Amino acid sequence: MINLKNRSLVSITDYSKEEILRVLGIAEDFEKDQRQKLLTNHVIASLFFEPSTRTRLSFESAVQYMGGSIVGFASADTSSVRKGESLKDTILTVSNYSDLIVMRNPLDGSARFASEVSPVPIINAGDGANQHPTQCLLDLYSIRKTQGTLENIHIALVGDLKYGRTVHSLVQALSLFNATFHLVSPESLKLPSAVKKWIKDAGLEYHQYTELNDIIQLVDIIYMTRIQGERFPDPLEYEKVKNSYILENSMLESSKNTMRILHPLPRVNEISEDVDDNPKAYYYQQAKNGVYVRQALIAAILGLKS
Amino acid sequence: MKNKRTELKVTAIRSGTVIDHIPSEFTFRVFKILGLEQSDNPVYFGTNLGSKKLGKKGIIKINGKFFKPEEVSKIALVAPKATLIEIKDYEVVKKQQVDLPEKIDKIVKCFNPRCVTNNQNISTSFSVITDQYGRAKLSCHFCEKTMSLENIDFL
Repeated sequence: MINLKNRSLVSITDYSKEEILRVLGIAEDFEKDQRQKLLTNHVIASLFFEPSTRTRLSFESAVQYMGGSIVGFASADTSSVRKGESLKDTILTVSNYSDLIVMRNPLDGSARFASEVSPVPIINAGDGANQHPTQCLLDLYSIRKTQGTLENIHIALVGDLKYGRTVHSLVQALSLFNATFHLVSPESLKLPSAVKKWIKDAGLEYHQYTELNDIIQLVDIIYMTRIQGERFPDPLEYEKVKNSYILENSMLESSKNTMRILHPLPRVNEISEDVDDNPKAYYYQQAKNGVYVRQALIAAILGLKS
Repeated sequence: MKNKRTELKVTAIRSGTVIDHIPSEFTFRVFKILGLEQSDNPVYFGTNLGSKKLGKKGIIKINGKFFKPEEVSKIALVAPKATLIEIKDYEVVKKQQVDLPEKIDKIVKCFNPRCVTNNQNISTSFSVITDQYGRAKLSCHFCEKTMSLENIDFL
């Protein structure tokens, strides 16, 4: 029995395979008809304690397409947090004014804590370097849409596999769907062993590479990531690896016709702009899919779709 | 009789607790975890003692003190093979292996400086998990980071 109603979503592992597929199914329904006015009597709180473009705007656009109202803030500077208010007090206060809280907070684990003190459900829109489950769901939606299935996908994960939280969540989720992982990263940014253990425990395979060219013709999905300077304790280390992988249009000739390139965005220079017009580039559509997926989640958690 | 004499020799306190089979290097850590520096009870300890089980071991004897379960779990974090022996009137009345509990609440600090528990007034909570090499690790309930037992700091 799948019931997502009133359940917070903090980490992608909070959902079973069936629950993930249910959300993706509802998202498809929103892709067919985006302006379903299901939220006309609802208020959604959008609490962004740190800046975000895609995630915040796509959540707010999801709410507005469904006719809902939004309260909240887009940075901690414009809230009582600046006066020293605790996270607990902010959550308990805002839960009085809304049916559901979407929260991004720079502290790891803040979303789990919020979900445990809040009387209304929380959707984690990113808690520091920890989890970003709605990004994971929109990645899964994009993979399924472009490949027709989530099962048995060969995926190349490229770039910062050590600090990139979207990569970790995607590995955890795709481990439910019998994926094969091709891990392309500099030596210093390899996937952490705890995440590799997920793959092993699921009885699946991973292969590690340092050259991107080696695997382009093998895979169904290339998932590029930005090497995030802000996550490096040592700026010199960042300088060494920041230009490690740059995907150029000429490199795609040998790839499968059905192969698609994903990127959680923002990109810096890891996908050269000449790739943008290649039909294999899917990252802008991927960002658009984020709205359908967030509509689906909000509707499912408020019990308006099942 | 022979066994009884051996126990008596190890536990030459009248009534209280003996913690045996502490890895030598953690003797002082166990001492500190249990707050024995502040204790008014007579405490005896030895370290770098010969041990068949550990090579070298530490032992702590506390006269007139018995431990609560949460204090025992603290010991298991640094001395998972330790034996806890309760003595009454020079007799061993209870002897048990300390066990790592499934959960460690409120006693250990998360090693991740960005964890919400290090930045807000929130009690810590960890699950005890086993990594791919069979080593026990603590997984933070909030930030989901795992830390090895060598890195732990007590609150």
